[in-house]
Order: sequence, then C-alpha cells, then structure tokens
Amino acid sequence: MIYLDNSATTKPKKEVLDAYMKVNELFYANPSSLHVLGNQAEDLLETARTQLKNLLHMENVVFTSGGTEANNLALIGTAQSYQHRGKHIITAETEHPSVLNSLVALERQGFNITRLPVDSSGGIHVDELKKSLQNDTILVSLMHVNNEIGTIHPIADIARLLRKRRIFFHVDAVQSIGKLIFDPTALPDLITLSAHKIHGLKGSGLLAYSGVELETIQYGGGQESGIRSGTVSVPNAVALAKALRLVEPNPLHKQWNQDLRQFFSGFNGVKIVSPKQAAPHILAVAVKGIKGEILVSGLQKESVIVSTSSACSSKTRHTSRVIQAIGLPREFKDGVIRISFGEFTTEQDIIALKTAFQRVYRMIKGV
Amino acid sequence: MKINQVLVRYGELSTKGKNRSSFIGRLRDNVRQTFSDLKGIQIKAERDRMFITSDSEQQLAQVIERLPHVFGIQSFSPVTACELDMETMKKTAEAVIAKIEDTDKSFKISVKRPFKEFPHEKPEIMKELSSHVLRVFPDLKVQMKDPEIDLKVEVRKEAVYMMAEVIQGAGGLPVGAGGKALLMLSGGLDSPVAGYHMLKRGVRLELIHFFSPPFTNERAKEKVFDLAEKLSQFGSSVNLHIIPFTQLQQEVHKQVPDNITMTSTRRMMMRVADLVMAETNCRAIITGESLGQVASQTLESLQAINAVTNTPILRPLIATDKLEIIDTAQKIGTYDISIRPFEDCCTIFTPANPKIKPKLEKVEYYENFVSFDEMIGEAVSQREVIKFPRIKENQFEDLL
Repeated sequence: MIYLDNSATTKPKKEVLDAYMKVNELFYANPSSLHVLGNQAEDLLETARTQLKNLLHMENVVFTSGGTEANNLALIGTAQSYQHRGKHIITAETEHPSVLNSLVALERQGFNITRLPVDSSGGIHVDELKKSLQNDTILVSLMHVNNEIGTIHPIADIARLLRKRRIFFHVDAVQSIGKLIFDPTALPDLITLSAHKIHGLKGSGLLAYSGVELETIQYGGGQESGIRSGTVSVPNAVALAKALRLVEPNPLHKQWNQDLRQFFSGFNGVKIVSPKQAAPHILAVAVKGIKGEILVSGLQKESVIVSTSSACSSKTRHTSRVIQAIGLPREFKDGVIRISFGEFTTEQDIIALKTAFQRVYRMIKGV
Repeated sequence: MKINQVLVRYGELSTKGKNRSSFIGRLRDNVRQTFSDLKGIQIKAERDRMFITSDSEQQLAQVIERLPHVFGIQSFSPVTACELDMETMKKTAEAVIAKIEDTDKSFKISVKRPFKEFPHEKPEIMKELSSHVLRVFPDLKVQMKDPEIDLKVEVRKEAVYMMAEVIQGAGGLPVGAGGKALLMLSGGLDSPVAGYHMLKRGVRLELIHFFSPPFTNERAKEKVFDLAEKLSQFGSSVNLHIIPFTQLQQEVHKQVPDNITMTSTRRMMMRVADLVMAETNCRAIITGESLGQVASQTLESLQAINAVTNTPILRPLIATDKLEIIDTAQKIGTYDISIRPFEDCCTIFTPANPKIKPKLEKVEYYENFVSFDEMIGEAVSQREVIKFPRIKENQFEDLL
C-alpha cells in the first residue's frame, strides 16, 4: 500500500518506538514518587521537557493526550484565567473542531466569539483581524496550516500585531510543525503540537507557552504544575521529544507538490483546491461531479491511500466546514480528496499515485 | 541589516581607579563563562566598554537573554555596525528604527565621534541622519529631552555603531572581585537569596549543605542541587559541599536537652562550616538568617551560635522581611525550587519548644560531655563536593 494520508496520521518512526519501549522497561516508576526510581523517571521527564522547550523556543511545556486536549487547554485555560480583562476571542471559521467546539462551550459561559471568514484560498486577512479587535479581546486562536487544504496563515505578522496590543495568540501548529519553520523573532504565546502527526505516537501531544498563566481544566493530584493533573506518561513525553528532534522539512515535498499540480491540471474535470501558497505536504484536489469517497475507494483498489478532505470529519455526511467556507463551485464540493506526504513518502509513491489516478479517472468517466 | 554586536556598559567600575583593569578582566572572564556553550562568540573588553560579537543572530538573542544575570554590568545595547559611509549610515539608522514596533514616538539622535578623521562633523551627521529617518518615518517627533527613542551613533575608527535600545543590567560587581565566602545553603527560601546578594557584591561562593539521610531524602538533595545550579548562573561556577550530618545530629539529640538542641545543632553546623571555609580559602561564612524570623534567629540565639567561631558571619538578610525575600527569590528563579515540600535537616528534629533566648553557658555546659571534634572532622572529610553548573553527561541521550 502506498500511504498518502499523512495529514491524518503518520507512521511512527522506529527510533521513536524504540525509545518508547525502552522507557517503559527502564523508567517505569511514577515520576511523582519520592524514591530513587521516581527521581530518575522525573529527571528523564524534565530532560525531555527541556529538549522540547528548546526546540520550540518556549518557556513552558505541558504534556497532553494530543492536539485536541492541548487546544482545549489553550482556549479554555487562557479564557478562564484572563476573563477579568475581557471576554472577546477571535478565531477563523475554518479551525479544527477542537478549537471551534471549545469556543462554543466558552460562548455558553458568556464569552463573545468572532469567527473570521476566509477567502477562496482559505486564508484570513490580517486587516480583517485588525478590524475585529476590541478593547476586551483577550485571545486570538488560529491554525498555522489548515489540515484540509494546506493554507498557511501569516503567523509571524499576526504575532507582532497582537504582541503590541498585549493580546494572547494561540497557534494550532499540529499540521505545520516539522513542515514549516516558525520565525523565532515573532512567536505566538501558545503552541499546540500532536505527536502522531510527526511520526510519533497517538495519544500524546503538548501545549507549549510563554508568559501566560493557564487555569486548569483537569483536576487531580496537581501534576504538571497543577495545570494538567494525572500521572504523566514519561514514555510518551520522551517519544514526543524524540519525534520532534528527528522531524525535518523535506525539500522534495515542494517539488512533488508542483509536479502533481501540473499533473492534475492536465485533466479537464479536476480542480486544484489547495491555494498556490499552501504548505508543501498537503494537496487537495476535486473532481467534478464525483464524490470524494468514490475516488478514495477507487484509488485504494489501486493500492494508493488518500483521504477525503479531513479524517476527523470524514464520517459525517455534510460537506466539511473548510470546503464550505472557501466557496468551491457546487459541482466540485463533494469531490474533494486530500493527498498528504510524510517523511516516508518517496518519488515512486508519487509516480504510483499518478498512474492510479489516471486509471481510476478513466474508469469512472467511462473513457 | 543585522545586529552583530552587543555593547556592554560597566557597572560600578568607574570608581575603581587603579584596580580597574582587574575588575574588567574579571567581568570578561565571567561573561566568557556565561556563554561558554555558545561557540563563535567573541568578547572584547576595552577600558570603558565591552563588545560581544557573533555572526549568528540566534546566538546574539541568547546573549541578550542571559546578560541581565551577569553582575558588574550597568546596561547593554544590541548594536548594529556599519561602514563609515554616510549613505550606509542612513540605511542602517533606518533599519535600527524600523525594529522598534511603534514608530510614532518622540526621538532624537545623539552622535559621538571619537574617530576625528571621519570627514563629516557631528552636527552634519546628526542632521543628515535625522532628516533621512524623519523622511522614512514621518510619524516620529523630534524631542531632545527624554525622548522615547534615543538613537545613539558612535563613529569609531573600525566602524559606525548604532543602537536605539538600552537594556538594564544586573548592576553590582563582577563575581570574584570581592573574594570568596562559604554560603550555608539549606534548601529553604532565604539562603539562596542571601547568596544572591553576596554574588551581587562580587563575592564568589562556595556552598555547604547538611544532609541527614534517611531523615532527609534524595529529593531534598535534588532541590539543593537545583538551587546550586541557579546560583551558578550569575557569572561564576560554585562548588557544593554536601556534609553527612546524621551522626552529629543524633549525638546532639542524645546529649543536650530538647529545648536547646536547635541551638546546639547550629553550633555544630557552624563548626563544620568553619573547617570547610578554611580548606577552601574562603574569608567568611554567609547565612540566610533574618532577625526574629524563627527561634534560632533572635539576638541571643545568634550570639550563642556565633560563639564557636571567630570567622566573620555575613547575614545579608538580617534586616529584611519575609515578603522582600520572597520577591527576590521569585525574581532570581529560586522560589519555585525552594517551596518544594521536602524535609531538610533543620526541620526534622525541630523541638516543640525551642528556647528563643538560650544561655550560652548552659549550651556549652551540655555539649561539654562529649568531644564533638572527631565527629566534626569526620563529617568534613567525608563530604561530597559537586561543581555547578553541572556538566551533565546526558544519560538519556540515546532515548531522546
């Protein structure tokens, strides 16, 4: 099978799995225990944390069960903590459900949410963001790279703009870490990261932050400075630190992306959905009048795995929010598929995808 | 245009007359040690300024982050250097101002021209640069007195230096310029702060900690290690002497009545510290005592404890309030370590009713029955010495 659904999840690297196994064998003690084994486990946990802080240029790292929990903590934790300053939060309408639904919950508690519209490339406009800022705005949350079509938000510009006005800035970097590089001179205040998108393990992620006091959303024994109670999984933390250290942007992704754009534009009924300036590892295309799921299963028969626009929402029937928001013509709306590369993707995979697509397309169109 | 240098202004050194060069040398060494992990950094210490140079902007960002912790520095400025050419200077001035986020502030340009052969005179440079900057940033308002942006331009022989930002340094004297003293480090809030104050006055530290296993555990020791690590980040490395103290402590409890064990224990600590101090060429002992804070910190107690030695005992916190101490601990990053809840040797055997006014003669009388000398000598000789900052061979390297 040729796997081109890396935006849904990536295959764990062997080195990461080895580290995970080894920590489970050797450092299984509870890092909160007083005894010497607990102490060792804690040392290892803190070394992993320091490594992550340095890699991300952030002051604090709290380990979570993944991107969703990190996003929940970032939004609810910041909102609860700073509600005395104001109750206005800004996001984009194309964010991940873990962001949008956290904000719905906050809305019920009296917070006031602005959801910025996106243009046909899936991007928000900085001017629009500027205009929607209010005196009581406390937080802006945006994803760095859109998970469905790869749109890149101008994070550094927004970070500079918000820092001047002392508004916190949360960036869901789940799809961008390891693919794009953050400008270290203009970092956001909170960054969400998920291990399984960078060839790490599922069930593990983190929220990195600087200069923000978070209110807890999970109560218990006070681990992770009280922000995220519950016994910390040292193996997960170590595996995440290792995965982040090993992950690297692949310059070939850009080349393959361009190559595929050219290939798909050779078909009459195919539209390239991802904007020109999208992240190199994600390419969404749509076939006129054909349902995405038919394309996915057709390609699967040819041993190529791709996905419909997003794995998280692919089992619900309605068209994805992002596809709605970018205003794709009606006849393309249902036919979106997403091709996404990872570190194990090869040139041969791209060639195989092209051959498979040609066959599926011909078969479906009855040519 | 890149920042390629940080200019450092010295602290109290201007008053040091003939000793000036040794102070500057000391500061240079401390700065060098602070950045020993950053290869490619160059440090040039001149009579009135120090320049830290690197080609890597990331390394300079590290320099700017760590410099506020180095004593002996009044202030510093990220500097952009350029060639001695009016057009380049204009562009550079523009770039330096552009880095400042609000360009609708009041501003002025001040020019120094130690390189007298530069063909343009001071007023001309000032005029040329200001009119260029004002053309590019029309929202700036010229204001000669207390402007928000003060663009300093220095025309030197080798280059023109420009800076618009002045960052406060830690002040004080370079660590080591004031000799060396032994700090009694308990793991609580006070002693690291006492150490910090002495570091600021240029005193290099040795640290001594009394460890009483199994009454105090590894976590308590770890806490002291972390405090030592913090104290080693103010421009000079420190040695930590861990004294095995269980036996002495138990003996005291056998020999003296409950209500004066605390006084007596402290006298033992002082005697141990005295020996370590002499062995390590220290000139004084530093404690975190603050008058009236606990029973051992009354004048009577201090007198009884002090009676075992002729060494100067420095108590920089003696007249400070707990809240002031907490403030400083938070500022220097020791607070979160100190509040970790582990027993130390001062808390394990605390008697229910310690004497707040112990009588020296009585204490001496009870101690008289045993010769503690031998046990003290043994504790000193069996001490463990660890250097900070710890060069951690990364034992987890293959995992991470």
